[in-house]
Amino acid sequence: MNKITNNKAWFLVLPVFFIVAISAIIPLMTVVNYSVQDIFDPQTRFFVGTEWFEQVLGDRRLHDALIRQIVYTMSVLLIEVPLGIAVALTLPRKGWGVSASMVLLALPLLIPWNVVGTIWQIFGRADIGLGGYVINMLGIDYNYSQNPMDAWVTVLVMDVWHWTSLIVLLCYAGLRSIPDAYYQAAKIDGASNWAVFRFIQLPKMQSVLVIGVLLRFMDSFMIYTEPFVLTGGGPGTATTFLSQFLVTIAVGQFDLGPAAAFSLIYFLIILLVCWVFYTVVMNAGKREEQ
Amino acid sequence: MRFQKRHIALILYILFLLLPIYWLFNMSIKTNSEILGAMTLFPDNPTLANYATILTDPAWYSGYINSMIYVAINVVISLAVALPAAYAFSRFNFVGDKHLFFWLLTNRMAPPAVFLLPFFQLYSSVGLFDTHIAVALAHCLFNVPLAVWILEGFMSGIPKEIDETAYIDGYSFPRFFGTIFIPLIRSGIGVTAFFCFMFSWVELLLARTLTSVDAKPIVATMTRTVSASGLDWGVLAAAGVLTIVPGALVIWFVRNYIAKGFAMGRV
Amino acid sequence: MSWMAWTPITAVFFSCIILMLIGMGIWQTVSPTVPRRGFLPLTTTRGDRLFISLLGAAYIHLGWLAFTDAALWVASIIALFWLFIVMRWG
Repeated sequence: MNKITNNKAWFLVLPVFFIVAISAIIPLMTVVNYSVQDIFDPQTRFFVGTEWFEQVLGDRRLHDALIRQIVYTMSVLLIEVPLGIAVALTLPRKGWGVSASMVLLALPLLIPWNVVGTIWQIFGRADIGLGGYVINMLGIDYNYSQNPMDAWVTVLVMDVWHWTSLIVLLCYAGLRSIPDAYYQAAKIDGASNWAVFRFIQLPKMQSVLVIGVLLRFMDSFMIYTEPFVLTGGGPGTATTFLSQFLVTIAVGQFDLGPAAAFSLIYFLIILLVCWVFYTVVMNAGKREEQ
Repeated sequence: MRFQKRHIALILYILFLLLPIYWLFNMSIKTNSEILGAMTLFPDNPTLANYATILTDPAWYSGYINSMIYVAINVVISLAVALPAAYAFSRFNFVGDKHLFFWLLTNRMAPPAVFLLPFFQLYSSVGLFDTHIAVALAHCLFNVPLAVWILEGFMSGIPKEIDETAYIDGYSFPRFFGTIFIPLIRSGIGVTAFFCFMFSWVELLLARTLTSVDAKPIVATMTRTVSASGLDWGVLAAAGVLTIVPGALVIWFVRNYIAKGFAMGRV
Repeated sequence: MSWMAWTPITAVFFSCIILMLIGMGIWQTVSPTVPRRGFLPLTTTRGDRLFISLLGAAYIHLGWLAFTDAALWVASIIALFWLFIVMRWG
């Protein structure tokens, strides 16, 4: 669609600009201010330059949290995206089953994040939770609050449980936009299921999939609440991801300077990834229009 | 609907989704001694005592009321500011439009943990700490960009000829927007409200940091109860089930729009 | 405003950013940018190039802090060169 150039449109955007500026720019400026000072209380503060940045960049705990975060985010994507596509392909195309599956699939998305944590906290316990009980019955020694590996797997399964539905719903929306005629033509040509998937279904899902991957990347990269409730970042630091680490410094120890420096680095990482994805999505969109 | 092998896979997956939720519900209608005593798939003596505890104790039920209030305020603010902005983005080119749009999106992607401390200081310094409006405004950080994004998608689907015809017929912009345009994108507004509700309802970190007593949301009540007294599993489970109910109701009402909202690919 | 803990240096830093944005806005209205393709693998407008160079400058500074002990102004000079190169040929 050709748009008219009209700078008066800024007036329509102003309310959004102001409300987001208040909640984004002012805090961001404050974070920058904190990051270059050693603050004891509002009256007693010293300019320390880039000391906090050097300290945070050289902090082993940060490196570990970052590596853990990247491994976790990659695992989340590698499991949820294929699983989401697979489930979307099994969904019925019409009938009462559509609404029913939609509602059931969307249910985990609407559960407050800490309740998701609580659900799995209970479900995974060997003494009172069905999941933990069954796994221990099978002869596997499973305890997510003691064994780092178990904790890590539990957090991962919880995330798959929580968010795969998002990918499913996105893919399903993409699949629905394929006209029936395509499938009939494929049938006449005697195309295999794989060929139908590869050449009809996957291309249609591509644009929504990119957005799904972007959303899952971002949200898993800033995951905080669920592991906080489930494991509190432990045992040890097995499930301490970036946000968890940041909140520990900022609120737990109230180290304003390092927390602010860390925030900025975190923000820069997000900004870069976000920009790359956005550019890719927008260019893909432009190519589609042509 | 012919029954096929793939439906078995779907049913298995949905069972995987529902099992933990069922277990939560199951625990919420058990007594604590049964929860800790034995592993039972169905409660021996179903009881509503846990729910009664929550619905009669102000410390619990005020949490639900607080959450409802700030979520409602947030949805109203988000929609009110996002509607004109989305219209501007879908209809006009203006200086810096693409960069503004990208900047808005980065806020959807920014980790709330980054903004935690400044928010706390900001709302404390203007005396809004521990009010519903503070949480509602803080949630605007990610809900307003989201609302603009979804609404822009819906508005782009409305032919521009409709606007032009209306202006030729002598409609002023506000009158056109209110009486013609908004009814046209009703379903888009519904979907947007759904997602704003969803993300405001499920958020914990900001809501917990910006409140202490008067506006304490239910999600914060739950985590604090866990850390304080800890082990009243039945009541905790009942509280969890009650937080799922509003979400489930909302899904039921918008179930036919969800696919459409996702089809815009803009969540 | 005291809670924001301003320092002269950060104040100058943000003033520069804001002035730059205003300047870009005015420049855009006076002579609108033409999207073009330079050595960067995508078509960019003037604003895109400014964003890329600023983001790059931030990473240059961070990398400098992380991997060297040398003075930071060296990184700033490299960042300025980078900004100039991207704006001119990006």
